[in-house]
Amino acid sequence: MNFWNDPLKVAAEWLTGVFTGWGMNTVAANVLVAFLGVLMLITILMVIDIFLVWIERKVVARFQDRIGPNRLGPFGLIQPFADIIKLMIKEDTTPAGADKVVYNIAPMLSMMSVLILWAVVPLAPVMLGVDLNAGVLFIIAAGSIGTLSIIMAGWSSNNKFSVIGAFRQVAVMVSFEIPMLAVLLIPTIFSGSMGMNAIIQSQDIWFIFLSPLAALIFLIAAIAELGRAPFDLAEGESELVSGYNIEYSGMKFGMFYAGELLHAFTFGGFWAIMFFGGYRFFGLEKVSPFLAIAIILFKALLGYWVIMWVKYTVMRIRIDQMLAFNWKFLTPVAFVLVMVTALMNALLRGADSWLYITGMILSNVIVAWVSLEFVRSAAKTEREKVEGPKQVVEAHH
Amino acid sequence: MIPLSWYLILAAGLFSIGLFGVLARRNAVAILLGVELMLNAVNINLVAFWRYGDISMMAGQVFAIIVFAVAAAEVAVGLALVISVYRRRNTVVAEDLDLLKW
Amino acid sequence: MEKEFNYMTGTQIIFLIVGAVTLIAALMVVTVRNLVHAALWLVATLFGVAIVYTLLNAGFLAVVQVVVYIGAIAILFIFAVMLTRRQAADTGAALNSNWWAGALMAVLTFAGLAYLLQTWSGFSKQSAAIPSGFDAIGQLGTALTSPQGYVLPFEVASVLLLAALVGAVYLAFNKK
Repeated sequence: MNFWNDPLKVAAEWLTGVFTGWGMNTVAANVLVAFLGVLMLITILMVIDIFLVWIERKVVARFQDRIGPNRLGPFGLIQPFADIIKLMIKEDTTPAGADKVVYNIAPMLSMMSVLILWAVVPLAPVMLGVDLNAGVLFIIAAGSIGTLSIIMAGWSSNNKFSVIGAFRQVAVMVSFEIPMLAVLLIPTIFSGSMGMNAIIQSQDIWFIFLSPLAALIFLIAAIAELGRAPFDLAEGESELVSGYNIEYSGMKFGMFYAGELLHAFTFGGFWAIMFFGGYRFFGLEKVSPFLAIAIILFKALLGYWVIMWVKYTVMRIRIDQMLAFNWKFLTPVAFVLVMVTALMNALLRGADSWLYITGMILSNVIVAWVSLEFVRSAAKTEREKVEGPKQVVEAHH
Repeated sequence: MIPLSWYLILAAGLFSIGLFGVLARRNAVAILLGVELMLNAVNINLVAFWRYGDISMMAGQVFAIIVFAVAAAEVAVGLALVISVYRRRNTVVAEDLDLLKW
Repeated sequence: MEKEFNYMTGTQIIFLIVGAVTLIAALMVVTVRNLVHAALWLVATLFGVAIVYTLLNAGFLAVVQVVVYIGAIAILFIFAVMLTRRQAADTGAALNSNWWAGALMAVLTFAGLAYLLQTWSGFSKQSAAIPSGFDAIGQLGTALTSPQGYVLPFEVASVLLLAALVGAVYLAFNKK
């Protein structure tokens, strides 16, 4: 058990030894070590967050055929620090008639709802905060804290735009939680556990190959949960200026902004954990935990890149279209997919692995095809309602 | 370790506070908030009895989950009633809704 | 004996803090005038109850509590409060004129419950240790879905929820 195989445990044991050597009681030393571990994780996350600002700006620039930040430091790497200094020295305003306490708690709660997610993220086989046996539900629970922070921010700002933005965002988050939760049950069915580490350990075949449709639905629901384009109605610059965070300035706005970026990165990570094997990559994770961390961070960045790709290429849709899309399409498809997957899993449990994979993929394809046919026929009737039946035009001709 | 009595006293306190809310608040939404507190107190009791009784008997947790469902149903219907009343009478104060009292 | 009596473990301290915060937040729920604040205090109470579940080794229920109560019910309350008033400021008294009778009832209920519980023999029972390898979520899932368990009450609850939601949509629907 040396440092390279289990760094956290070795470091924790060493620190506990040091603290008890100072005459501290064992329980207190353990609590202190756990606290230091949490502090370290949060610090690392915040440092990553700073560079996410740079990554986001660089990538959006490339998508829009620009260069992006390039003046400060090599490749503009110092730019995010300049941004932070600007945010810090900006005047911290509170709108008249705002509910001060709620107004100040909201950004903290928003950041917290993102950071708390990392408590269940397994960074390596031996490095994770808690192996919660309801880890999958924990994602949704943290998301509901985020919902709460948004409605608090929108209501306490005493601004009509911010209330409308908050209402929209809450409606979106509450409704897209349902397909997300349904789809998260699919890795649970495959692995037989809701714990993150067990889900990763059982991915000898990445779950994306067993259920590509589930991975797609999870990505869509995650983008909606994040409030990014094409579902960024809560911000909608052209109609609501900036939505729920319109009245925030300085570092309080910075918390919302940084929280959003870290949230996107985190959901890239969850996408990787649920469907792309998490820290596993052809046995490389067994070599060293540090390699495992590098793998999961790389996969999370890839997921984050996909989310950015969608954000900067697809345009915003209307709120009623979005809710109709969720309730009339995504939720039923997710429910049907869960039922079909559970049924197939029960039928093919003892079968060969190639039969299992083929059956799963086939059922996914059939569900996707049938739901797309439904959409096509619904779209046809809608179109005929507006334009009149097509045959009339042809008969006239 | 914590004795069972602590949980039961906490639940009894929460239940009494909820009862006070139901009896004393004027706003109908606030009355529903009080009902939520009472349901939560019941849930604490159910889970505590599960933990301190035979742990392989899951009845306590099962009924806690059923209480979750009932609470969600109660809130949905209750708030729909409140909104419907607000549309017709333009008030949500419970004592102003006295059409049946002649 | 004396030492044992004064000895407080970490969990006891956590319980006392959480219990106190929960009860204070609950008191704020039933007394503050601003209803959005009352709903936010309800969220604090619900968090406290979730921590109590964790102390009772029911982590799954704690997470479900956050998802269902805070993610759905508390948000619904805040929406309802915003939909049912014309101006932002709350006017009028928070409590009705008979609030003292309500308070008396509450105190009497608490005293009665405490007296009844205190005469019960299992009142200060200690919890048995959880056997290693005990899978609470697995047991709960089996209990909820097996015919020997509670599949019928569970299905009845889900039908009740569906009926309630249909009824709620019908009631709140704006018939123009």
